[in-house]
Amino acid sequence: MNSPLHPQKVGVSIRNAVKRYGTFKALDDVSLDVAPGEFLSVLGPSGSGKTTLLGLLGGFVQPTSGSIHLGATDITYTPPHLRGIGIVFQNYALFPHMTVGENITFPLRARRLPKAEWPAKLQAALEMVELSGYADRAISALSGGQRQRVALARAMIFEPRLILMDEPLSALDKQLRENMQLELKQLHAKLGATIIYVTHDQREALTMSDRIAVMKSGGLVQVDTPKQLHDRPKDSFVASFIGEAMLLPVQRLDAGNLTLAGQTLRSAHPLPSSDDLFLTVHSEKLAFAGPQTAPESNLLPGTVNSCLYQGESVRIFVTLSGGEQVSLRLPSNHSGWQMMPEAGQPVTLALHPEDTIVVPRAA
Amino acid sequence: MTKNVTNFLSPEERRERRMILLLLAPALAVVGLLLIGPLIWMGWQSFQGPDGFTLDHYARFLSDTVYLSSFVQTFRIAFVVTIAALLLGYPIAYVAAKSQGIWPPIILGMVLLPFWTSVLVRAYAWLILLQRRGLVNTMLIETGVIDKPLILVNNEFGTVMATLHILLPFMVLPLYATMKKIPAELEMAGASLGGGGWLVFRSVFLPLSLPGVIAGSVLVFVLTLGFYITPELLGGGRTFLVSMLVSRNIELYNEWGAASSISMVLLLLVFLIFRLASMLIPFERIMGTR
Repeated sequence: MNSPLHPQKVGVSIRNAVKRYGTFKALDDVSLDVAPGEFLSVLGPSGSGKTTLLGLLGGFVQPTSGSIHLGATDITYTPPHLRGIGIVFQNYALFPHMTVGENITFPLRARRLPKAEWPAKLQAALEMVELSGYADRAISALSGGQRQRVALARAMIFEPRLILMDEPLSALDKQLRENMQLELKQLHAKLGATIIYVTHDQREALTMSDRIAVMKSGGLVQVDTPKQLHDRPKDSFVASFIGEAMLLPVQRLDAGNLTLAGQTLRSAHPLPSSDDLFLTVHSEKLAFAGPQTAPESNLLPGTVNSCLYQGESVRIFVTLSGGEQVSLRLPSNHSGWQMMPEAGQPVTLALHPEDTIVVPRAA
Repeated sequence: MTKNVTNFLSPEERRERRMILLLLAPALAVVGLLLIGPLIWMGWQSFQGPDGFTLDHYARFLSDTVYLSSFVQTFRIAFVVTIAALLLGYPIAYVAAKSQGIWPPIILGMVLLPFWTSVLVRAYAWLILLQRRGLVNTMLIETGVIDKPLILVNNEFGTVMATLHILLPFMVLPLYATMKKIPAELEMAGASLGGGGWLVFRSVFLPLSLPGVIAGSVLVFVLTLGFYITPELLGGGRTFLVSMLVSRNIELYNEWGAASSISMVLLLLVFLIFRLASMLIPFERIMGTR
């Protein structure tokens, strides 16, 4: 570890957490274990309980029942200022009347660390977020991305056991957000701290996380690696929330075969035993059938509906013979344009059995 | 700055400006006729003696010790009222800003309650409460806290008490407005970073509420400077404020010139206070429009 800041790695364990507001259950029996050093994203639409979960970890919300453990310590009823958890708030929550340096050293001041030790730590924290020389700047003089970094430095300078981030990039524009995603990931690798990252942006979660916890109406739906979540969603909710997926109703024939609008398809994965099934079609799993198409692929005839130019790629909407709408992409390069169909043109799409993902309807 | 901007106005914007000016005209006429006019007349009066132009009225500020002591007492009372209003008003505003649901309107409603009765009625009410055989003294004697009545009115204490009561809303409302604008996440952030309640209050909440403190203090201070009925009724002749100095000059001596000069000096001092305060926070915030 060549970093001057060494957060202690520690795991987090949420056990059967319930939070009721009157009759409304904001959290419904949530149990989640986060490994030391893990980058875990909590993903869900607004109102799914993400913020309540974060409040619970930060100590701003008391659970109705259940407990929270940081390493071996039960912190369920520990007040926020004694938890030692670094939090990066959605709007950064920087103190507007303090300079960058005063903001970042606030945790040292709160801990009554001797002032002689401040400059070295401040310097290290500023270097970490590439803001050396900014210590005396006013917060109002910073750009959104710089504020974001100050918030990060402030949450890390006291070497917290756990860092919580509440949609920290949502206020930034797309370009900056993607840069910061990479930087955060690198920072995580460098620090090795345990990070719980709340977001409603599935792409952000897929890019950054070791694991993703998908939430829906106060409960956890699926906790998995980004790849598992994307390729093997547990139900129609996860499938529709992750990636550019279209859900087509299908009927189960047997453990490996299904029918889509009368046409029989094969799946390499055992089908769930339910009557209410959906085929999850991601646009990147579809291709135009051609000489390279694997012989075992499912073939779906259809008609091109429209082509939508999106810069790096062209999204092609196809109406299948049964009337279902799907889409796929061609890169907007030379070979892509060579293959580009026209609206109204009949086409055949190929879907490999490995990519034929069938999910049950979400409860 | 304004000139440069006007040059870039499109015809539509010019028409809109003319329209706004037209709509403002009645109000401007009233202000001009009833405020600016009399002010100019008052300024002119203050330089008029029996033999035309004179500086005599202003010279009396240097020679007449009653003038000086009256100004000193007025500023002292204004200062005491401001500090007391701040000490009383800050916790009220804090509780109102931090409470939820129906509580903020209830608390602010109670603060505003005095506004619904006339100043005269309130002054007499305080007189009844605080006089020698008033409610407060009777209660204190009967419960055995004191042996003989305290002198609570006809002095500075009574004046401060009643003025404070009337002006407290002017402290609480700007404080409340400022506190409401402090994002709750800042305090949450302070706590998550290890700050205990007192540190977070002292280093985050208090500094961010300072604009409200300045706004409320300036309002209360300036309003106290011009108070008349309350000190007249509750001061018992022992408090001789600037406003009373003005009225005595007119009522007893028919000295409009002297009265005008005192008013002009007080007005100038008030302007000065606003100017100083606006160096700390924008004027619009003192008046609560932003």
